[in-house]
Amino acid sequence: MRSEPMDSTISSRTFIEALPFSKALGMKLEAIGEGHAIISMPYDERLIGDPRTGVIHGGAVSALMDTTSGASVMSAKGGSGVTATLDLRIDYMRPARPGQRITCEAFCYHTTRTVAFVRATAMDEEDGSQVASSVGAFTFQRKEARS
Amino acid sequence: MSGANRPEPVQVVKERRDRALHALVAGVPYISFLGIEFDRKGDELTAILPYRDAHIGNPVLPALHGGATASFLEVTAIVGLGWSILWEEIETGAVDLAEIGPDWMPRLPKTIDMTVDYLRTGLPRDAYARARVNRSGRRYASVHVEAWQDNRARLFAQATGHFLMPTRD
Repeated sequence: MRSEPMDSTISSRTFIEALPFSKALGMKLEAIGEGHAIISMPYDERLIGDPRTGVIHGGAVSALMDTTSGASVMSAKGGSGVTATLDLRIDYMRPARPGQRITCEAFCYHTTRTVAFVRATAMDEEDGSQVASSVGAFTFQRKEARS
Repeated sequence: MSGANRPEPVQVVKERRDRALHALVAGVPYISFLGIEFDRKGDELTAILPYRDAHIGNPVLPALHGGATASFLEVTAIVGLGWSILWEEIETGAVDLAEIGPDWMPRLPKTIDMTVDYLRTGLPRDAYARARVNRSGRRYASVHVEAWQDNRARLFAQATGHFLMPTRD
């Protein structure tokens, strides 16, 4: 995810949901603030990766985790709201259940002057069982660094 | 293959390989959703992600969404690995070629994990990627993918992933 600073007139919700690719995947911002973000994505047949089972493609789950992780960095304390992904590792624990909305929760757990570190998990709708987890490094800029 | 020493006519060979590749790719909705295409030269595949406005993450720059890039790399890795398995099967005759029709679907590898490096901003133009299967065992495989836009040597993203091999039945 690559994003520009949030203009004070645009809410973070509008901003994240308006990213064309996030919008194409139907992502919905559930919560954001203080280095924490929750974004969900509905089940959609166009996102199927395995036609035999109807399971959503891992790439779509990656997109959700990248967006949520980036959103947590944008809301991190002292940050300028600008970020880009440096790297993202995703572990797929088990297939997401067909028909269910996937919810991702990300924590930006540490920032330095230039880098933000993020952990995220993605869960099924029904019993909240974990589908995937990720760790990533993102670019970070302190607010005062921008004039 | 005939018992004589004469090689098969080129169009027969091409038609068989293209049919197998089509069977691997056409049935996956997410590949069409992204508009990804595959160019085949012998057994070498190049994945193409034609630019679409819907792939943008940052409308201000504009730049490709990291999720679109990650998806492109993962699709390239799975198809690349699936293709290397299928290639063996069709070239050795392990798969009955008459079976490969619109309803026939090869089994796909499953992603265990994937690490994506974002090296440069993804520009609003076509992107290309190639997968290299570094190890392919009975159960697990390790695949590396490189993606570029204008210059083959200037990668904008790369990824390494581990995959569970499809079970044969």
